[in-house]
Amino acid sequence: MEILTKNSNSQTGSSARELELYFGPQHLGMVGNFSITLQVEGDRILEAAANPGYLHRGFEKLMEYRTWIQNFPLVCRINVVEPDPMEMIYAMAVEKLAQLEIPERAHYIRSIYLELSRVASHLFGLWAYANMLGFDTVAQWAMYHRDLILDLFEELTGGRVYHIYIWPGGVRRDFPPGFKDKIVKTLHSIGGCVPDYDSTFFNNRLFYERANGIGQLTQEQAKQWGATGQTLRATGMKFDIRKVEPYAAYDKVDWDVPTREDGDAYSRVWVIRDEMIESVHMIFKLLDAMPEGPVYNKMPNPFKWKIPKGDAYVRVESSRGELGLYMVSNGGDKPYRVHFRTPSYPNGLIILEKLLKNASIADVGNIMISLYVVAPEIDR
Amino acid sequence: MKEKTTDKKGSILSPFKAVNFLFKKPRTLRYPFEPKEPALRCRGFHLNDWEKCTGCGNCADICPNEAIEMVEIPELKSKPQEGIKNERPKLDYGRCCFCGLCVDICPAGSLRLSRDYFHIHFDTNTFTFIPKDEKTDKEHFLSSGKYSILKASLTHRKENYEGFTSDLEYSLFEPQRVPMPEVAPDERKLSFIEQVIGYNKEEAKAEAFRCLECKLCEEACPAHLKISDYIKAIYEDKPDESLKKIFEDNPIPAICGRICMKHCETACSLSIQGEAVAIRWLKRFVADSIKDYKTTLELRAAKPTGKKVAVIGAGPSGLSIAYFLTLKGHKVVVFDSLPGGGGMMRIGPPIYRLPIEAIDKDVNYIASLGVEFRFNTTVGKDILFEDILKEYDAVHLGIGTTVSRSTKVKNIDKAHLALPFLQANKIAEPVKVGKEVIVIGGGNVAMDVAREAIRLQCMQYPNEEVVTKTVSLEDWDELPATEDEIEEAKAEGIQFNPGWGPKEVKVEDGRIKGLLCVKVKSVFDKQGKFSPTFYEEKQMYLDGDMIIEAIGQAPDFSFIPKKLFEKLEFTPRRKVKVDDNGMTTIPKVFAGGDIVNLNLDAVTAIADAKIATEGIHKMLSGK
Repeated sequence: MEILTKNSNSQTGSSARELELYFGPQHLGMVGNFSITLQVEGDRILEAAANPGYLHRGFEKLMEYRTWIQNFPLVCRINVVEPDPMEMIYAMAVEKLAQLEIPERAHYIRSIYLELSRVASHLFGLWAYANMLGFDTVAQWAMYHRDLILDLFEELTGGRVYHIYIWPGGVRRDFPPGFKDKIVKTLHSIGGCVPDYDSTFFNNRLFYERANGIGQLTQEQAKQWGATGQTLRATGMKFDIRKVEPYAAYDKVDWDVPTREDGDAYSRVWVIRDEMIESVHMIFKLLDAMPEGPVYNKMPNPFKWKIPKGDAYVRVESSRGELGLYMVSNGGDKPYRVHFRTPSYPNGLIILEKLLKNASIADVGNIMISLYVVAPEIDR
Repeated sequence: MKEKTTDKKGSILSPFKAVNFLFKKPRTLRYPFEPKEPALRCRGFHLNDWEKCTGCGNCADICPNEAIEMVEIPELKSKPQEGIKNERPKLDYGRCCFCGLCVDICPAGSLRLSRDYFHIHFDTNTFTFIPKDEKTDKEHFLSSGKYSILKASLTHRKENYEGFTSDLEYSLFEPQRVPMPEVAPDERKLSFIEQVIGYNKEEAKAEAFRCLECKLCEEACPAHLKISDYIKAIYEDKPDESLKKIFEDNPIPAICGRICMKHCETACSLSIQGEAVAIRWLKRFVADSIKDYKTTLELRAAKPTGKKVAVIGAGPSGLSIAYFLTLKGHKVVVFDSLPGGGGMMRIGPPIYRLPIEAIDKDVNYIASLGVEFRFNTTVGKDILFEDILKEYDAVHLGIGTTVSRSTKVKNIDKAHLALPFLQANKIAEPVKVGKEVIVIGGGNVAMDVAREAIRLQCMQYPNEEVVTKTVSLEDWDELPATEDEIEEAKAEGIQFNPGWGPKEVKVEDGRIKGLLCVKVKSVFDKQGKFSPTFYEEKQMYLDGDMIIEAIGQAPDFSFIPKKLFEKLEFTPRRKVKVDDNGMTTIPKVFAGGDIVNLNLDAVTAIADAKIATEGIHKMLSGK
């Protein structure tokens, strides 16, 4: 942390000194390569300015120089925490532009896979949040349980973090033998720990005191500032792309969108908890309903593949909210323009700045992580 | 603030519940003493089966990070005919993202990912390496007894530790060919209708789309056509450009598009695990879809040089050299004893494979460029070879093998010979065949003869029982005919007797009654030379009222005066000896085609013609 002293502001007439405070990127309270410049007066934040750019890798431009197939292993790298919805939207956009048909079973596998990814991502988020609040044990559990899901991913796709699995035309490989049972077993063992999580964290008085009323926003504000995902759902709005505009196999089974009313950090974390449980139930239902059959309709020859002129906007519900991709093809073998709408963008650049106003310095990390700001998503 | 409805029950002591876990077994692994086995599909370091790898370079082309480079391995031998290059992929693990696209595109299925993922080294150069597997690299791939995780690196790897492997169902290439529409066997044997119908535009585009552009085919093709370019042009819906590309190296696409021996398709990397791209049919599609070559190609002969070249034989090599030399500005006159162009193509391949119109399309275009054709002119009879030699600045011999060989067994003089039989059926009156035809021979010509015979039988004896059978020295596994020909002949009902040699033709009242055969012991001797041996006691008698011999052809050099012929040298395999310029040992006489090469096919004749063209042009322009 670096502190710069400024001359006292004559306009405020206050005797307290006003400071400019750099929070991140090299800061213990910061998760990811992100920084916030804070104007503080004592313990109170007057103004906060998000400083993105530390993780800019130019993906959108890079994608214009790679063929349709070469972009497939690239997109997942945009978001380290949750690469799978990235693969999904890229596949969906290509499928929409090139009018590829997907086998029924592939839809189910995609849904199951994306839900596993949602649980893993939420557990990662829980790790960050619990860690930040000092609940180290809970953080370790969350990380351990995430690892169990990564084991599932490794078995299905061959990779633990970057799975490179959902591709245009379906998925890359079918379930290996006995994989269904493994998913069920793993999820049961994680689900068995929910009471432990509840008593040590979610229902814990310490957590309640620390998160209640922090970073609160109303539904109106949430809508106005572009919030989606649990940030919006924590304000009482039942909005979920999986319901609003169902993709994959989300319309094939029954499930519910958990919401909360208060719009604060406490509600957001509770929405995440309920969502994980809902996802696990959904996976069980999908596994039961999953048909047999092929999982991949062959993509055209990658060396000659050209996609007809056109543009497409597709969106999915990532673990942080609406993740969208706008892609334009001018009839060539590469995308003409790619643009991602990532949920962390409004969360990290707009909502965070607004919520930090008048907050205390101790709550910066609290608010930021409760909004689940993932820096690589902002920068791309 | 609104009161929370739930969850306030928690006590301040609840975090201490975690203390319980202190007494439980830890969930974490104490690595490396408790190693974690990677999943079966783990995408770790590369493995490459060098025996299967063809060096096609598709992995390097698809790699999104340019982590793969194809490097030449001097110890390995390039075998262009088999589609094998002596290049192997080299990986740069500073770039590789382990996505496995290289595995999914590998047409040979040789490139795989293993479950090894450890490499720690202070030297960054060790991070680039050429992957092999336990088959070819026993030194670095160790059995589980010798392997230690503590030493794991790119040079200390576990054997049989395959991870992410290729799977045809999920491959990035299409192993199945677009089926070629054909006339069914029962229907086609009733007439000489062309068997292969040909792709339509959609089918051709779909088939062209399969090509991976690795260009192994171009190296396998004797004439080195720019195959991947002309196939790409078909896919892009530009048949004009495709034809232009073909005519750079091959002036007889309508002929070659039907009867080429398709060395390219043998080399095609897709043929390893699936079916090769139908390169020959795609060429035919281009030649057939363009009505008029001349307006499309817009080729014109160069400024006349004033030199005159005589080409003897209007077969593939003669036609090609006439075309290439005319474009260079030389005056070319082609002599042929047949009434039209094409040489052996005109008389050999049956109409159901190569119709006369297709031949004439190519020949007429070459004539339209200014080549003078003198048909019905037999050199040595109508015009003397010596005169030609005197009158012209250069002479090219593309005379082919025009004399059918005979088995010379007892009474064989009653039998027919293959070439006159084929010639009569193709350009004159069809031969009157018997009801039980025996064809001696197992090569492609024998297949042509047998298949023509069964057609003639069906036409001449409708609704009667007819049989055509073949007898060949070679057994099933060594039949010289192509597999396609054998399968198609079988489908048409031709009976095969492989592994039998003719001994005597049985004749009664001056008519053929059948053929006595003996079982073959071996066809070739230890040196690989043709020298058949028989089990004399094992005999078989085949009934038949007509016998046709199709056991090979020889060239006819009788038109060359004895004095000159003595100067003509031959190779040990009885082929005309030519130098690097295609010139024979007689000055200013060049040669190509079946009398020079061992492949005995049209596309090799074109390749010879290209060499001789350069040779003649060099000689005539005095360079």
